[in-house]
Amino acid sequence: MPQLRIFTPLTDEVVESLRIGQRVLLNGVIYTGRDAAHKKMVELLDKGEDLPIPLQGQVIYYVGPSPAKPGRVIGSAGPTTSGRMDAYAPRLIALGLKGMVGKGKRSPEVVEAMKKYKAVYFAAVGGAAALLARRVKSCRVVAYPELGPEAIHELVVEDLPVIVVNDVMGRDLYEEGVKIYAGQ
Amino acid sequence: MRTIDVAEVTAVVAELCKKANFELGEDVLAAFKKALEDELSLTGKDILQQLIENARIAREEEVPMCQDTGFAVVFLEVGQEVHFTGGDLYAAVNEGVRRGYTEGYLRKSIVGHPFRRQNTGDNTPAVIHTRIVPGDRVKITVAPKGGGSENMSALRMLKPAEGEEGVKRFVLEVVKNAGPNPCPPLVVGVGIGGTMEKAALLAKEALLRPLGEPHPDEDVARLERELLESINRLGIGPQGLGGRVTALAVHVEVFPCHIASLPVAVNLNCHASRHKEALL
Ligand code: SF4
Repeated sequence: MPQLRIFTPLTDEVVESLRIGQRVLLNGVIYTGRDAAHKKMVELLDKGEDLPIPLQGQVIYYVGPSPAKPGRVIGSAGPTTSGRMDAYAPRLIALGLKGMVGKGKRSPEVVEAMKKYKAVYFAAVGGAAALLARRVKSCRVVAYPELGPEAIHELVVEDLPVIVVNDVMGRDLYEEGVKIYAGQ
Repeated sequence: MRTIDVAEVTAVVAELCKKANFELGEDVLAAFKKALEDELSLTGKDILQQLIENARIAREEEVPMCQDTGFAVVFLEVGQEVHFTGGDLYAAVNEGVRRGYTEGYLRKSIVGHPFRRQNTGDNTPAVIHTRIVPGDRVKITVAPKGGGSENMSALRMLKPAEGEEGVKRFVLEVVKNAGPNPCPPLVVGVGIGGTMEKAALLAKEALLRPLGEPHPDEDVARLERELLESINRLGIGPQGLGGRVTALAVHVEVFPCHIASLPVAVNLNCHASRHKEALL
């Protein structure tokens, strides 16, 4: 099956063309972030301050890697459960965030924000962490070093394999995919 | 009487922590390959291929197959003729976990208190289950357990009248409710009988059985087959994105019950179904 290669920052045109079930190879700069980093970013926004990373057209990968072995770019780096970021994601989407990579279902509020502001949610394969780490070509901390593995890292990825789970039409592969195969 | 220095236990536990995280069992790999044939969803097939490739990379490069390198669950089967010297046995096990997780660059995922939640920094303490058995050998099993799948596990005290049907309903409910969160395809461990904590332990022990090896009791083996079939008709599929292969195996363990009770525990394990053992 042909896979689509896309490059960050994502344009509206690319985002709007993506449909659930599509397998995509993600390329370029992406940012890591888990609950702690999201909480800090939303606190900055509440105070009217600038964020430590650009959001326009960007992609955030929900990941807390294992420690890197000496000489390695990054440790094993599979997706973590996205639901923990649901409380914060709509704020970031409204400010131009175009993609999120994680595992597990999103809340109706996040799905609605993706529809309204044109963003997508991708699943990476949970537990395929050694394979995913190989697609990470560079990694550096850009904010909140005090959070250790939960700091915001800037990654450069090459052909990171992900699957479109929620698209701008408001569709959800977790729901539709299961319906297709239920009872078979 | 046989004497074993606990330092030996430390060294073995450290090694097993690393090995369990780097090397997926051949039985699980074989189950992936079979799943690849059975799966109809192209997305599902792609995911299974990624998992096979992931296991190869982890083994060859000695890196953890999953970044969540788990809670270190350690089973000790201690021969009653063994005498340990050189210190506290459980401290020795924890020292092994500390070493294994540090030397192996494994993630430290344990917080020291459920509310204060400070990371202990070395993935200790381990959860240790000890059994005294006849003989003079010691069997050590290390089974790192990820948070995603452990969180979706559940236990219920059924009424005896609910019987086998009640057990099946509960197991299916747990798997369905878990959806994509425990990283399917799953290994489903079921413990039936005993008391509350016994059922939970049986479910955990069920995960250690070689994948797909049926229970020796034909009735229990039939229940395992029927549960696997029903689970794989739920449509959840690899990673919960739809498909035929939701579980790779269902293992059931049973124990005598109180006349008033029918406890059932379901311990879900993700495809990173990790455990390694050694005999001293
Ligand atoms: S559920 Fe298992 S495979 Fe998934 S992230 Fe957790 S440990 Fe890894």
